[in-house]
Amino acid sequence: MTRAFLRLAPATTIAAFLASPAFAQDAKIDGADTAWMIGATGLVLMMTIPGLALFYAGMVRKKNVLATMAQSLAATFLVSILWAVVGYSLAFTGDGAAIGTLDRVFLKGMGMDDISPLAKTIPESLFMIYQMTFAIITVALVAGSVADRLRFSAFLLFCVFWLLLVYVPIAHWVWGGGFLGTAGVIDFAGGTVVHLNAGVAGLAAAYVLGARRGYGSDNLAPYDLTLAVIGTGLLWVGWFGFNGGSALGANSRAAMAIVSTHLAASAGAFTWMALEWWTRGKPSVLGMISGAVAGLGTITPASGFVLPMQGLLIGIIAGAICFWACTWLKLKLGYDDSLDVFGVHGVGGFTGTLLAGVFAVGAISASPEMPGGVQGLLEGNPQQVVTQLYGIAVTLVWSGAMTFIILKVIGALVGLRVRQEDEVMGLDVSLHGEALQ
Amino acid sequence: MKMVIAIIKPFKLDEVREALTRVGIHGMTVGEVKGYGRQKGHTEIYRGAEYAVNFLPKLRLEIAIASEQLSRVMEALATSARTGQIGDGKIFVLPVEQAVRIRTGETDVDAL
Repeated sequence: MTRAFLRLAPATTIAAFLASPAFAQDAKIDGADTAWMIGATGLVLMMTIPGLALFYAGMVRKKNVLATMAQSLAATFLVSILWAVVGYSLAFTGDGAAIGTLDRVFLKGMGMDDISPLAKTIPESLFMIYQMTFAIITVALVAGSVADRLRFSAFLLFCVFWLLLVYVPIAHWVWGGGFLGTAGVIDFAGGTVVHLNAGVAGLAAAYVLGARRGYGSDNLAPYDLTLAVIGTGLLWVGWFGFNGGSALGANSRAAMAIVSTHLAASAGAFTWMALEWWTRGKPSVLGMISGAVAGLGTITPASGFVLPMQGLLIGIIAGAICFWACTWLKLKLGYDDSLDVFGVHGVGGFTGTLLAGVFAVGAISASPEMPGGVQGLLEGNPQQVVTQLYGIAVTLVWSGAMTFIILKVIGALVGLRVRQEDEVMGLDVSLHGEALQ
Repeated sequence: MKMVIAIIKPFKLDEVREALTRVGIHGMTVGEVKGYGRQKGHTEIYRGAEYAVNFLPKLRLEIAIASEQLSRVMEALATSARTGQIGDGKIFVLPVEQAVRIRTGETDVDAL
């Protein structure tokens, strides 16, 4: 019995790899949609390398610049591999309420012309890699909270566990056919899946790891804000692919999303600058770029559901609330969220997801499957706000609790925080054996 | 021989160099240093985190001279480096035991 099985096993394995399960047969690859989505994929990957790498690295101290960039690099290559091997399959296949299937493990059965039912006019391989870029940046974002003190080995393990146990489930629940999406939670490009998720995880990490040595007394001023400004530019432009590409097609919804996104970024930058000028006497460059990113993160879930002027308003709210979170709330609660992942992405993601439920305009999200589209509070559907809160609550609890557990486990395995003398010497030298001259 | 050490405001360097050239000084060593005295630093704010920067950038000049030149050099230095604002700097004079020009082997005053 065993002998016969062993003889057949290789044959059946190969057959399984080659067989192509019938996915959406009525869907058809559209050239325009595919062209745009290829471009959007490039834009979103650029947001991590070098966008986020520069944005973050410019804000840490000189002795930690390379180590900070190493985190964005490592997130990119590690998450890419894991996503293709198993992450995509678990997030975006099947219609399980809790998790996907293993149908696309190692991308088996994904032929050149296969199409996912979730993106009916582009090749499935493109949908897979587009979603990959979202997973990459979400993982990379979390590291910002614990900049200057996380071991590289711990970060690599974090990439593996957190991607598979936190990002993949939430992505499935909201976008992959899971229970949050079916409950009616709307999240165009990642207010819950990306920003709130990363923000809460960052907060949990900041709590678990503790503050930087010298926090509150030493000079922890940014090494080179020009890097951060360049990073912001790449993030801002890349966001056209992040939000615009979430329309999964070259169409007017993508265009509207891009317009709302851009106005939110502009309004966010302006508002933060104005508030800082008023309260602190000078408009800082760091404030302008922080406001822009706050606006971008906040509009993300709402971008394909609201009108441009609503996007502008959301940007103003984002600039104000994230400014408050980064300057007052953080000091009041006493945590060291080094690069304000919670203050900008967490608070922004929360706010944007909620406001999507307030402002959603049915006409923008109208489709053959849903002719009226999704309507928000202002169009007479207050239930949407409740639904959004439900999505926010689930994301918050799962991300916070699982991140805490994951970090505790990694801490037991390899240790989380660098030794004190390494923290003082700097992570570039102590973790990577390199230094800026 | 004397070693004149002057701490001055960085933007004054060209003026000081020209004044010293006029009194016959044709060489010096300049270093970028940080320091404070009565001039307070400034405050930088990064997203709500305030840092008091106590050390200010200064330049440290070292000029080896023959003892006879001392009063002219002191006068030229002090006048050219002065702005009248707090933080103008200080001048110290130390004795020099020996001096050697490395290329030729000349010693003491011939080396200056």
